[in-house]
Amino acid sequence: MSAGGSAAVAPRQDAVPAVALRGVSVAYALADGGRYEAVQPVDVTVEDGEFVAILGPTGCGKSTLLNIAAGLMAPSSGTGTIFGRPLAGLNAVAGYLFQQDALMPWKTARDNVAIGLEVAGSTRAAALEAAAAMLKRVGLAGFGERYPHQLSGGQRKRVALAQVLVRRPKILLMDEPFGPLDAQTRLIMSELLLDLWQADRKAVMFVTHDLDEAIALADRVLVMSAGPRARIIGEFPIPLARPRDVAEVRSEPEFHRLHAAIWGCLRDEVRKTYALAAGEGRA
Amino acid sequence: MSRPKLLALQLLVAVVALLVWHLGSTVPLGLGADGKPFFLLPKFFFSTPLDVLARVWTMFASGEVYRHLAITLVEAMLAFAIGALAGIVIGFWFARKPLVAAVFDPYVKMMNALPRVVLAPIFALWFGLGIWSKVWLGVTLVFFIVFFNVYQGVREVSPVVLSNARMLGMNERQLLRHVYWPAALAWVFSSLHTSVGFAVVGAVVGEYLGSSAGLGYLIHQAEGVFDVTGVFAGMLILMVFVMAIDFVVTLVEKPLLVWKPGETKTV
Repeated sequence: MSAGGSAAVAPRQDAVPAVALRGVSVAYALADGGRYEAVQPVDVTVEDGEFVAILGPTGCGKSTLLNIAAGLMAPSSGTGTIFGRPLAGLNAVAGYLFQQDALMPWKTARDNVAIGLEVAGSTRAAALEAAAAMLKRVGLAGFGERYPHQLSGGQRKRVALAQVLVRRPKILLMDEPFGPLDAQTRLIMSELLLDLWQADRKAVMFVTHDLDEAIALADRVLVMSAGPRARIIGEFPIPLARPRDVAEVRSEPEFHRLHAAIWGCLRDEVRKTYALAAGEGRA
Repeated sequence: MSRPKLLALQLLVAVVALLVWHLGSTVPLGLGADGKPFFLLPKFFFSTPLDVLARVWTMFASGEVYRHLAITLVEAMLAFAIGALAGIVIGFWFARKPLVAAVFDPYVKMMNALPRVVLAPIFALWFGLGIWSKVWLGVTLVFFIVFFNVYQGVREVSPVVLSNARMLGMNERQLLRHVYWPAALAWVFSSLHTSVGFAVVGAVVGEYLGSSAGLGYLIHQAEGVFDVTGVFAGMLILMVFVMAIDFVVTLVEKPLLVWKPGETKTV
């Protein structure tokens, strides 16, 4: 069990990885002509069927990596391949669950879910039927006619999850999806996510700053350092048995051991972020 | 405050105002220096509420007012339809083509800065005294309201909603239909009351400045012969006419804005 350090676990050789980012770095041009190195060249691999959590302090560039994997953003250097194919333009086989509300407010829950199928060429009737079925799976049967503003934050997340899953993406990209929710709703949403994921294991790239969430959900946790020049500073396989109960797994001794190990790796980076913020505050 | 109580107070305001008007114009305060009765609100300048109501009644009873109402309505509706259509098309075009928007920006601002009433005589010259000079005056008013709203609406579509729509596999055409269009339409509807009101203003002001029919014409005619009762009667009809249109607008927008949380925005 390799705990901490940058010693990478050798990827399985038998299959093409779902997501492979090689030497990907991100730099922004600053208004004063300078250059902000947000992310140093990093390698991230997500095998098909693997649930990978990317954990790091706020503002470290985790979401940036996700946007690159989604094709929403081009890296400054490095390459990305999706199931062996070079990533060009939007990643068509990925579904993206955003942190913020991303539902179209002028469409009902059902239409929001159905639209992804409709634009792909399904008939409206078939799309609506699939949408209703998917809403039922995320526990929102009977809420199809509601508009997003008539739903609670947790319900909107469920709709967003249904919207992504109904298109049967091969890869799920999740950007702190449950971040804005309250603690209880988060737990329930995590449970729902694992239930749905266990049914047909897809590759998942899950970005979070919540250590407990990362351990409870993932097969492997990658720890990122604080930005600027963020990099991956640790990789931790999570050997907890599946299927997992998100709430109960937290009381297992193995969970506590992993928690201590990963926190040891993360702690200094979190402190660095605070020190940086405090320094800026004084300036 | 309870609804009946509020309604009673609102009615009270109308009753008091009408009573002051009625008493002021019919009950003499005394004799003036010339020996004639002295009124607070002389009939010649203020008419009386009962005379105005009687005039409105005869205008409707004789049927003469319907033609004028119809003409003003047609002018306002044409002005709204053309102005809104042009505003939507050009607003979309500018929002999607930043270069076009940047080039035309100073001219749009200059045109919008011009008080549109001064265009009325020019339009009368160009389009004659028929309905079209009024329609175009209304169009210049409606266009800018709708244009600015659509422009804003398309540009301020939430980037997250947009990214999400792209990730759901939408191409440019589908984005236009499912994201940009509804977003822009919401802004158009939020300004619907204002733009419809301005369409009526364009029609009436145009009629007032030169025409042979319409509510503005009626008021202008009455004014020309110092017929204050006629002026007030025309104003009363115009007021109820605009409120009726506003009511229809509310009925139209309600089902269309059902997805919007809480109060609809106004500009």
